[in-house]
Amino acid sequence: MEFQDRRTIRLRVNGRDVERDVEARRLLADFLREDLGLVATRLGCEHGVCGACTVLVDGASVRSCLLLAVQADGAEVGTLEGLAEGGTMHPLQQAFWDHHALQCGFCTSGFLMTACDLLASNPDPGEDEIRHGLSGNLCRCTGYANIVDAVAAAAKAMR
Amino acid sequence: MKPGRFAYACPRTLDEALALAANGEAKCLAGGQSLMPMLNLRLARVEALIDLNRVPELARLERRDGILQVGATVRHRALEESPIARELQPLVPRAAREIGHLAIRNRGTIGGSLAHADPAAEWPLVAALLDAEVTLASAGGARKLPARDFFLGPLTTAASPSEIVTAITFPAAAAGTRFAFHKLCRRPGDFAIVAVAAAIRLDANGRCVAASLAVGGAHDVPLRARAAEGILTGSGGEIDAIRSAADAAARDCEPGSDVHGSAAFRRRMVTVLAARAIREASAPAA
Repeated sequence: MEFQDRRTIRLRVNGRDVERDVEARRLLADFLREDLGLVATRLGCEHGVCGACTVLVDGASVRSCLLLAVQADGAEVGTLEGLAEGGTMHPLQQAFWDHHALQCGFCTSGFLMTACDLLASNPDPGEDEIRHGLSGNLCRCTGYANIVDAVAAAAKAMR
Repeated sequence: MKPGRFAYACPRTLDEALALAANGEAKCLAGGQSLMPMLNLRLARVEALIDLNRVPELARLERRDGILQVGATVRHRALEESPIARELQPLVPRAAREIGHLAIRNRGTIGGSLAHADPAAEWPLVAALLDAEVTLASAGGARKLPARDFFLGPLTTAASPSEIVTAITFPAAAAGTRFAFHKLCRRPGDFAIVAVAAAIRLDANGRCVAASLAVGGAHDVPLRARAAEGILTGSGGEIDAIRSAADAAARDCEPGSDVHGSAAFRRRMVTVLAARAIREASAPAA
């Protein structure tokens, strides 16, 4: 076994098989945005604080700025682009729309991906559990109240 | 920012990982929740990374001879949700819940947190409180260190550059032991400004037969408050004993000052949190 500067990775992104040659230092976030053009994943702080770059890797929410693309080799990655079914928004997206849970929208992709993980493991969360689950995502516009309401409404719609 | 250039290897066995680490020049990557921010900010530069995430030997969480053995790459969320951990050592899932946020717990690992050795982090504190042992391995063999010998200072451990943290073992909680974990931070998920953990066992008459108390965030290393433990052991939960134990814990600490709190504030908060933790862990079972 040897150290390498580059590797070829194969993974599934939003259900589509992808194969690319990447530098070892390529962040998953940059791989998604720059190499695959999936720009719904936002980069805010680039050091794991703001949560804007949250994606699903094998179903678990992770910070894509703290994961190397080479580490996602063989994984199933889900980004916001994979959430809607055709022209129909995911219940979480619909609830964010209905409850005015976004203003500038920069943090929204990260909130939605985090909420996907939260509701997958806890389909009927109380307000405290929603707040605990979303605590790693920063929003500078909304004050969070509408985001919490939206996640609660989506949970109800999805049950 | 983005990390600088480095070389990368992803071993599939522990032997491969140890061989890659043998010259002491590569850095291990576990969950990446501490190392990756430092690489992104270029506070750390590495020539080579050994990715431990695909080494199955490091990912096991099991009961072995009645103790809880946790592989280095077991993730915080797995410990938060583990029925084995809850049964053998209930403080482990309790503390796991306090770490960072959902996405951080999904990736961050116990071995990474121990190797990083932030004195305000949850696992170093829990390891100190519970007399956990850290297993270190190198191509030359393995050794076990008790937590008190593993943590040497802030972000400094006894591991040599060619050693890898492979596992941590927690003794099973003695029947009837009650635990408390109190953490002061500005926002949920932050590192503790001060944290205190307690483990207390009472006899049938409510007299304390065993007490452990540990403090995080207020000393160079996670600190066992031995004087406080001595005061509590044999006491009957009297308010004076709790107060003098909490004061003793604060006296043993040598906190630093930073933007999150002065040394004097931290010391005062050790007293407050220690008293709360002792009271909670000495309350009769509900």
